Amino acid sequence: MNDILSNPAIRKRYATEKRFRAMCFGAVVFALLFLVFFFADLISKGWPALQQAEMQAEVSYSEAVRDGKYRLAVDKRLRKIVSRGWLRALPLYLEDHPELVGTTTTKWVVVIAEVDQYLKGHPNKLKPKYKKLVDELQADGKVQLAFNTYFFTRGDSKMPELAGIKSAVVGTIYVLLLTMLFSLPVGIMTAIYLEEFAPDNHFIRFIEVNINNLAAIPSILFGLLGLAIFINFFGVPRSSALVGGLTLSLMTLPVIIISARVALEAVPDSIREAALGVGASPWQAVWHHILPLAMPGILTGSIIGLARAMGETAPLIIVGMVAFIPDAPSSILEAATVLPAQIYTWTGEPLRAFAERTSAAILVLLAVLLSLNAVAIWLRQHFEHKW
Amino acid sequence: MKKSLIAFALIASFAVLANPAVARDQIRIVGSSTVYPFASYTGEEFGATTRYKTPVIESTGSGGGFKLFCAGDGMDTPDITNASRRMKAREFKLCGENGVHGITEAVIGYDGIVLAQNKKAGPVNLSRKDILLAVAADVPNKDGSGLIPNPYRFWDQINPKLSHRPILIYGPPTSSGTRDAFEDLAMKHLTKKMDAYKAVTKKYHKIRQDGVYVPSGENDNLIVQRLVKDAKAIGIFGYSFLAENADTLIGAMIDGVGATPATVSHGTYPYSRSLYFYIKKSHVDQAPGMKEYTKLFMSEEMIGEGAALSEIGLIPLPAKARETSRNRVLELKDLSLDALKKK
Repeated sequence: MNDILSNPAIRKRYATEKRFRAMCFGAVVFALLFLVFFFADLISKGWPALQQAEMQAEVSYSEAVRDGKYRLAVDKRLRKIVSRGWLRALPLYLEDHPELVGTTTTKWVVVIAEVDQYLKGHPNKLKPKYKKLVDELQADGKVQLAFNTYFFTRGDSKMPELAGIKSAVVGTIYVLLLTMLFSLPVGIMTAIYLEEFAPDNHFIRFIEVNINNLAAIPSILFGLLGLAIFINFFGVPRSSALVGGLTLSLMTLPVIIISARVALEAVPDSIREAALGVGASPWQAVWHHILPLAMPGILTGSIIGLARAMGETAPLIIVGMVAFIPDAPSSILEAATVLPAQIYTWTGEPLRAFAERTSAAILVLLAVLLSLNAVAIWLRQHFEHKW
Repeated sequence: MKKSLIAFALIASFAVLANPAVARDQIRIVGSSTVYPFASYTGEEFGATTRYKTPVIESTGSGGGFKLFCAGDGMDTPDITNASRRMKAREFKLCGENGVHGITEAVIGYDGIVLAQNKKAGPVNLSRKDILLAVAADVPNKDGSGLIPNPYRFWDQINPKLSHRPILIYGPPTSSGTRDAFEDLAMKHLTKKMDAYKAVTKKYHKIRQDGVYVPSGENDNLIVQRLVKDAKAIGIFGYSFLAENADTLIGAMIDGVGATPATVSHGTYPYSRSLYFYIKKSHVDQAPGMKEYTKLFMSEEMIGEGAALSEIGLIPLPAKARETSRNRVLELKDLSLDALKKK
């Protein structure tokens, strides 16, 4: 052993080997550090957004409140720290519930974001006299941080304390469903034709090259295409979930076609030949034998393609989906926004309290993307055939 | 291919379905990213306190807003566009060519353009000329007879009284109304009186592209973050972002005047500009709630002193100007080309 190591040439080879391994390992550590830094930063910033300050206050549903003087609903001392966004909805609420007029209740109401930031120890612009008031109320147990339900049950708002991701989540679901509806059948059928039926000629090869190129095109170009075709030509309403879904399905199509072709290609020829050999028509061979065997691979590829579409904002800016849309859409023709677009809009808000909501929304988006990818991996592991 | 045929049929039928849906139940607003926070605040208030739906508000930049607004008169075009500068005569003509007749102009308040830097860098006092020479693509040569490409890399090269520190400015990109307003206030106002520039063009406003001025996207928070990290840099953005980040940033004094709500609204702060929105009159009766929305926007509760919008950075007009502007909106007065040409 010592004899070998005493040979300088061999020692040099071993040293090179070690250096190479260390460098490769270093690259992994480097990448991981970035990831850890990214997540630590996001989680530390986004975590506080799951809590929101609220205050126990006596709310009087007087006639004056119903008639529009909503500020009178709470005691004058507390008026400035109760969220005006909550108060201003009272007149309409009372119009819908006339039986409540004239009563008073004690309930937990949402307070302005500055109080929330103060309680969390973040920089804030709360005036000293209100800081004192909040301290007193907190000592009495009348102000507390509670789970931020509004974040999940309300749409966008200019008041951070009321801002939530609901409309963006609903919009995302609409858009993704539409994308799936359009791109899956078209994509899989195209792949089947190209893989199983198409003759091997120049025209088909030209199409194949173009599909591969399309998969690498910057996504914003699909937005321009969507604007030109769907909005300007077909007259699909701007900002609607429909135009978003159509645009994103254009973007996802090449990815689905390519992955479906790879999955179809992996099905061995013996299956095809056996099916045809016992008298199945080519259609039956594909439908009964090849497609079911290729399905796990196709689905894996499609899910990854859809996950990419879900995180996309650039093409949606062009078709008008990056906008202030607080109401959740109730049909595919109504204006909708999506989660990444919501994140993008919030990063542009000057108010500090939006920063933590941005991070929290990113965490939600990442969690959904991770679970989509996990489903893809699970599908691959449980249903994929090894030949 | 059956399924793909079905899919295509679906697309086609959606397109057919979509056309009658053009009669809208919602106001559509586009335009300036500077006015966007104020418009969306008002839009939300409108949605929460009335039975109308909340308007959809897109932030496209002032120029992009006018382009969409003037694209036609149909209900597939926006009803209102926000702008951080006045409509240009060119844009008014474009509107007319595309069948948009009858536009009402609303002035909602002021915004100051600030040059801000990290608080650690301390206060700084710049003259308007210093700033022009720092950002212009060409500057007058020594005897002022002609223009040379901007050679200045350090502030003290422009004005020996300033400290020796590299010029690095993060500012708005060309699509932005803030950029237009900055070129107007910081450049054209000076260059139209300077012989060296006058010799070349009437109102010189070219910003240098040699990496000293960095166009930074429509997102002003990104500029703020850069300034927090880099104490040498200076950023250009709207006053509301300075007000919100007053704990880390400090605004430059311009000609000895700092940006405060008072100086901006009196016009003593040199870089103050008006903010606008424009109403397409033909849509007033077709998009439900247009009148109510504009009335709410122009109300004292929104644009008055110490009112809701002033808390998020809008600098109110003087009381009299508010009254005039409000009446113009309530009466839906027509904007004329002559009014736009007159400055």
